[in-house]
Order: sequence, then structure tokens, then C-alpha cells
Amino acid sequence: MRTAAAILRKDLVLELRTLETVPSMALLSVVTFVIFHFALNRNSLSGQVAAGVFTVTLLFAALLAVNRLFVAEREQGGFDAFLLAPVDRTAMLVAKASALLIFMMVLEVIAVPAFALLLAPPRIGHSLPALMLILLLADIAFAVIGTFVSAIAINTRARDLIGPMIGLPLLLPALIATARGIGPLLSPHATGSPPAKWLAVLALYDLLNALLAYGLFDFLVED
Amino acid sequence: MEIPSATQATDAPVVRLDGLTRHFGERTVLRGITLDVTAGQTLAVLGRNGAGKSTLLRILATLLRPHEGAVKLFGEPLPREGWKVRGRVGLLGHEPLLYRDLTGRENLVYHARLHRVVPGRVDELLDTVGMRERAEDPVRSLSRGMVQRLTIARAVLHAPELLLLDEPRSNLDPAAGELVEPLIGRAAGVTRVLTSHDPQAALAEADLVLALAGGRAAYVGPPSGLDSDTLRGLYA
Amino acid sequence: MSTHVRHLRGLTIATAATMTAALALVFFYAPLDAEQGFVQKIFYLHVPLAIVSLVGYCLGGVFGIAYLRTGKRVWDMRSYCAIHMSLIFSVAGIIAGSIWAKASWGHWWVWSEPTLVSYLIVILLFCTYQPLRFSIEDPERQARYAAVFAVVCGAFVPVNFIVVRLSVEYVHPRVLNLEGGNLPGSMKLAFYTSLLAFGLLFATLMKYEMLAKETRIETRRLRRSLLGDDAVRPFGRTAAPS
Repeated sequence: MRTAAAILRKDLVLELRTLETVPSMALLSVVTFVIFHFALNRNSLSGQVAAGVFTVTLLFAALLAVNRLFVAEREQGGFDAFLLAPVDRTAMLVAKASALLIFMMVLEVIAVPAFALLLAPPRIGHSLPALMLILLLADIAFAVIGTFVSAIAINTRARDLIGPMIGLPLLLPALIATARGIGPLLSPHATGSPPAKWLAVLALYDLLNALLAYGLFDFLVED
Repeated sequence: MEIPSATQATDAPVVRLDGLTRHFGERTVLRGITLDVTAGQTLAVLGRNGAGKSTLLRILATLLRPHEGAVKLFGEPLPREGWKVRGRVGLLGHEPLLYRDLTGRENLVYHARLHRVVPGRVDELLDTVGMRERAEDPVRSLSRGMVQRLTIARAVLHAPELLLLDEPRSNLDPAAGELVEPLIGRAAGVTRVLTSHDPQAALAEADLVLALAGGRAAYVGPPSGLDSDTLRGLYA
Repeated sequence: MSTHVRHLRGLTIATAATMTAALALVFFYAPLDAEQGFVQKIFYLHVPLAIVSLVGYCLGGVFGIAYLRTGKRVWDMRSYCAIHMSLIFSVAGIIAGSIWAKASWGHWWVWSEPTLVSYLIVILLFCTYQPLRFSIEDPERQARYAAVFAVVCGAFVPVNFIVVRLSVEYVHPRVLNLEGGNLPGSMKLAFYTSLLAFGLLFATLMKYEMLAKETRIETRRLRRSLLGDDAVRPFGRTAAPS
């Protein structure tokens, strides 16, 4: 795991220095909220519609990050450097998924307040802890599936297209659970307690995908 | 080819190839390569672009797996036991394998962490290749010669016993070339496999020569046995 | 002789026979549904297609595991053909499902039937399989990545069904209980015969496809060894195993 930490550290330093990914994700999210305001012609959203809009916006931002995740490795030879080292290959998976998770969490620090400001869903302050829990589980899904899909896409010709194309269906169960989980939290009579069913679905889906990715990742990086 | 006795581990060849074959789809990139490289020897691989030199180096670096035939590094068969010997091989390829937005030092520290090398070695190597003053500048801002020096430092950071050098002296001015000679030249005393666009220079420092033509070994043996006709035919 | 040629004639005959029997049973033996009338018979087409194609997708994943473990190209071939065939069957299946939806509920598409919705999602996922293969040029890498993808997608199929089922809040009166509970005996016979017929059809078509591909590869190999590398034009980009 020291290897994964070394890779993660390198990626975070690179991101802080170049500021490529996270600011774009944040900007995209805010603009998307504005688009939804016009597209739906509403000043505020509540309930399931609010949850749907927020989930889809998160998805757009995640796709941006997914497309960039392995680009530096591919273009600057990071894969070879990693493969030459006597380290466990899944360290790359852990490192990249952690990086993506951190990016998503930083994004949400900006996106949630922006959402509250622009589209004013009711009870969002009250439901914040539950919302954060669901978003954490959702971010893990984005991280694991996103990393997996990105690792496949980076070695194809149409890499920006392939990533979202295979990622979206795979993310669908997580997106369903996220949106359905958040919906009751943003309705006018929200109690603030998270819906257990969808938390369980998200957690189990995260676990399944983590196991699959862990078992299969070696085959993606070795030649 | 005389194969040294395997009774003592120290006598076992560092590199043993036996009928090594690698395909790319329907094309055969390397066909039936057989040779031994013993400790301390230098193998020069000659041939045109596309003859399979880089592929051979990548197989020896454990980055590619052989499709047919046997490859043994330090007595360990690849690809099964590749993980055991990975840390003992250093590759200097076409790509510098450095992140452009990190500084030279940060890049080397990263590689040091990957290879579990003590951080002090980074400074030591920066001094040897003469990059100490520019170590805090991002690689993006360095000239090609400087990048090559950093790359060489990267390749030998973990003190590999087998060096794979793909055109090591490209982009280096003579002064820099002298600086790195103790690291990657004969003076380093390690087993080396090198390719070069300048066959005469490669032959000058080789103990063993492999001439590749269309994936096959056109010649395997000491440099003295390679006649000029074959040599010319390789690059025709 | 290719391993796929074995039993092929017997299988083809069995398929033809079972399919004929199934059609006969469906049109002449199974009773007309009281509510929906003749159109209900599309059920004998839709459900077997759906079941066979979903099993086919999972098989594609299983063959993918076999390829990753053994590295033998024949497993990649099997995985590709299984998924390819399942995609064709499932597109037919969803069209049949849409017709059935129109007959049952008056709309060409309904969101309240979770199996239909999950089916659509699975089809959308597997539609990406061939573009993915096509975008990887190195054949060995293509096979490996496709196998990894097939494994993940194969695992995805049952999970997806469960999650979508959970998301449907209104329990629509289900016309069909797939565990075979609600079907009267005569319908059961027609249904299971139809299911068997489509299963055999799947297996037969898969064998034919594999045989065709293998023959092509073998022919090229022979030409190359007899006439030299240059006599055979390279494949160029292709999504199929080669």
C-alpha cells in the first residue's frame, strides 16, 4: 500500500500544480445547474426532481475526471515506469480510485452549496448528514467504476468516447440508488434520515465492483 | 552455442533466450531468437527500424511477454517469475518516463519510492549527472539533453544488474556523454543490452552481437565475426 | 477438424425439429388468452428470446474468465460469439417485448415493467462491446480487454435486474410469473418447448459462427505458410477475434 500512497501523492501534487481537473469539474457543475434552471424553467426544485438534477450533474463532472485520469500515465510513460517497478499492480487501481474519490469529494464541497444557492431545494441543510453519507457511497461507485473504465479506455483509439460509453450503463444501478436515496431527503417534509434500502444497494454495489475491479485490474495493465 | 554450466548460480547467464518468438496479430515480430548473455557482457542489438529491437528490449524488461520460446532472466523464467527479477532490470527507452509538470527531483523521488530506494541516492545521482542546480525546475522547462541525463539517472536509480539501453547517447553532447559513462558505459560493470543507430559505436563496446533482420537473427556472435556485407545488408 | 463441427449436423436437425414442434404447439395447441387474444402469443417469442439472450450474456462472461485464465484464443472466440449472438437475440426480444407491451398495456414502451427496463439497460451495455473491441488494434490486447469487459458485464446482468426491480414502486399486475407458477398446463408445454427451441437455435447459430471464423483464420494461416507473409493482405481493423 505504500506504493499506492506514492502514486496518489504524485497525482495530488500534479493536480495541485496544474489545476486541470477539479476546477473544470466545479465550473461544469455550476453551469449545469444554470442550464437546468432554464431547461426546466423552475426557480427551485424539490423532491425527486431535485435529486435527479443533482445526480446527473455529478455524473457529468465525474465523466470529466474519468477522461483525464490516466492521460498523464499514458502520454508521459507513467505506465511503463510503474510496470518496471517491483510492485503490486493493483496499487495503481487503489491510487487512481482514491484520487478520483478525493476529486469528487472536493467537487461536492463546491457543488452542494452551489446547488442550495441556485436551485434552492427544501430541507437541504437539515438533511446534510444523510446527504453526505449517500454522496460518499456514490463517490466510491464513481471512483471504482470510473477508474476501471478509464483504464480500459486509455488503451483504445477513441478514448474520450469509450470511457463514457461503457461507464454509463455500468454506473446506472449506482445512479438509480443515489437519485432515489437523495429524493426523499430534499422533499418539503424530509425527516433527514437516509433511506436504508438505497444505502444498502449502494454499499453492496460498491463492494461488488471493488471486488471485480481488484480481481481484473491486473489483466488490464499487464502485457 | 556453448552454454555455461549451471552448477553455480554465479555462472548462470543473466539473459537466456531460447527460440523467443513474439507476434503482433498475424505478423511475427521476433522469430526464434536464441542466445546467452553472461554477467558483465555487453550485447549489441543491430538492425533497421522495425526489425524488432525495441520489442526485444521490452520483453527483457518484462513489459511484454514472449509468445513462444523461453526467456530467462537471472535464471528465472518469464513471464511467470518476472515479478522476482523486475527490480534488477533498468530500462532506458525512447520515452523518458518523467512527468513534465514535476521537477527533476520529484520525478526521481517518485521512482525511488516505487523501487524502494533510499532518498539519499536521488541526490547522489543528481550530482553525478550534473543536474543538481536544475533539479527544482519542472521537466517541461528542461532541454532535451538535460532530460536525457535525468532519464539516465532514473534508469540506474535502483542499481540494476541488467541495463537495457535503447539508443542511450541520443540527445547527449560529448560532455554529458562523459558524465554518464560510469553509469551506463562499460565502466559500470553491469550486464548490458544496447541498441544504437550507429552500428560502429555499438560494435566497439560489444562482447556479443545480435543482428536482427525481419525478426530473425541474421547473426549471433562476437563482433569480430560480423562481416561488413552482412552489416550493410542489415541497414540497406 | 474443428471442434465446433462435431455434433453440428445433429444439432441443426434437433433445432429444426424442436422449432417446428414449438411453432405447432404455440399456434395450434396453446389456448387463446382470455384477455389479450391472439397477440398474447408473442409471449412465447419474447420470453424465450429474453431468457436465452440473458443466459448467453452470462455465458459470454464465463467464457471471458476462461480466456483470462488459459490464454487460449478459442475461449475469446466463444465469448465474442456468445455475446454477439445474444445481442441479436435480445434486440429481437425487446422488439417482441414492445409488441407485447402494446398488446397488454396499450403503449409501445412502459416503465412500470422492471424486467423490460432492465432488459433495455443490459442491451445498451452490450451494444458497447463491439465498439470497444473495434477501438483496440492490438489483437491480443483486444481479446484480453474484451474478456475483462465481458466478465464485468456478465456479473452486471443479475445485479441490474435486482436494482431496477427495487426501484419500481408500483407493483403492476404482472402478466407473467417467470417461475412458471401461473401458467396452465397446455401453455406450460408450449412455453418450455419454445424455450428449448430457442436455446438450441442459439447454440447452433453460435457453432456456425465460430466455425466460419475459424475456417477463415485457418485458411489465412495456410496461405501464409504456403505463399509467404506477403500473399495475405492484413486484416486491418476488426472487432472480431482474428
